[in-house]
Amino acid sequence: MKDPVNSPKKSSDRGGDRPPSGFFPRWMNINLLAQDVSFFILGLIGASIVGWIIFPAVLYSKHPQPINFNHALHLDSEKVDGIEGETKAEKCLFCHSFRDDGTFAGIQKLEKCTECHDDPESPLGETPAEKTFMTKYVANEEEIPWLVYSKQPDCVYFSHIAHVKMGNIDCATCHGVFADNEKLPLYVKNRLTGYSRDIWGKRISGFYWNKKFSDRMKMDDCARCHTEKDQEQNNACFVCHK
Amino acid sequence: MKKANDHGKFKYGMVIDIDKCTGCGTCMVACAAENNVAVRADQSDKERTITWMRLYKISNGKEFPKAEVSYFPRPCMHCDHHPPCVSVCVATATKLDFNTGIVSQIYTRCIGCRYCQAACPYGARYFNWWDVFPQDKGMDRYLTPEVSPRMRGVVEKCTFCHQRLMRAKTLAYAEDRREIEEGEYVTACAEACPAQAITFGDLNNPEHEVSKLIKHPFTFRLLERIGTEPKVYYHSNRDWIRKLGDNFLPGEYTPVVNKSWAEEEWSTKPGRDEF
Repeated sequence: MKDPVNSPKKSSDRGGDRPPSGFFPRWMNINLLAQDVSFFILGLIGASIVGWIIFPAVLYSKHPQPINFNHALHLDSEKVDGIEGETKAEKCLFCHSFRDDGTFAGIQKLEKCTECHDDPESPLGETPAEKTFMTKYVANEEEIPWLVYSKQPDCVYFSHIAHVKMGNIDCATCHGVFADNEKLPLYVKNRLTGYSRDIWGKRISGFYWNKKFSDRMKMDDCARCHTEKDQEQNNACFVCHK
Repeated sequence: MKKANDHGKFKYGMVIDIDKCTGCGTCMVACAAENNVAVRADQSDKERTITWMRLYKISNGKEFPKAEVSYFPRPCMHCDHHPPCVSVCVATATKLDFNTGIVSQIYTRCIGCRYCQAACPYGARYFNWWDVFPQDKGMDRYLTPEVSPRMRGVVEKCTFCHQRLMRAKTLAYAEDRREIEEGEYVTACAEACPAQAITFGDLNNPEHEVSKLIKHPFTFRLLERIGTEPKVYYHSNRDWIRKLGDNFLPGEYTPVVNKSWAEEEWSTKPGRDEF
């Protein structure tokens, strides 16, 4: 009779026959380990697909703007009278202007559009968007229900004049480049909060290696820019909150 | 005593002349309208009523010929030295801004534990028990757009109308100035007071009226001895009112008399020492 303790291991043992590995201890079963790791990787890939692709697709809804405003066309000084400016911000301020008390008019009302587009019968250009604009809004004197990409929550106070005029910050630093857009991007809305995705940012990882701010407009981005520009006193709560 | 706010550029504060105050309550109304303070169906329930600015009635407790009644308005004191509410806030929802001296309250950060309400020695903080500005009933049309209405479950308090500071700054920037001048930023209560009992300005600026008024010997603060250094000062030339400004033991209070400057200034006004 063989001594069961001293007899060589049989293939019926867990893991089967395998040469002893130098790296792994003898009791560790490589096959089972490989199985566990592969399950983990599969789970990670599955969770990543859910978290990075499926969930954002469900969370955000996309809305087109009521009419397609062509920024590139309107910023052409050959086509639009009086839009000359040395800096880009000055050109933006032609429509998105400051009021006399320093507050920012934001997206202008129809009144500003009809300074040029005054007659609904004779459009200035040939685009279908302008035709819609003329027949639907100018003729009926109806305000265009723009969807504001950068609309902040109610508790946020932001002074445009402090940043654009006193701080010499370009509009595109926060809003991204709109000046060259021939087509307005889709308005992406968070179904739960109702806020625009431009506030939260499109990058889910949240890492910004090139310190680009235009992707999102969160409190931390404001604070980081304040700190970088040596304006730390403006990180106090009652500067941006109301 | 060490001052916490020495390095700040501005220190906004208020001097309230109790002798001028008629108790009309205009400051309360102006404050509530400016700051979107909640109004409820039953405002007589004073335990639940929110009044950032509140009028208290005080009397000297004497019989008819010498009986005297006065009113004092009480906003948030904006304590300058370790504000008790700031020290206890677990969510960092309230902070003392060293640059302006205003104690801020961020409603979206507040978790509604009401610890600050318990800590405030002046009772200046109020808790929102209900949502009071429903979006669909048209009440939101009456709101000041520069003041965020509060949701239920958060604490609120007087902010020295800091939105008016923002407005004044914005106007200054539009006019190519970096500094704002005296009188450009005043609180709603100070602006509304028909008796002009409330003076508002920068306590750090010797040119401002408030920094002159606080040097007057008849100027006092509430609970001065607990060391919170409030930035709301009161002014009265009546001794019994100044005595009510703190909890004095019998014989502890020393009346402000025989100070040459005060005598010179106030000797023409009769009746000061009668009470």
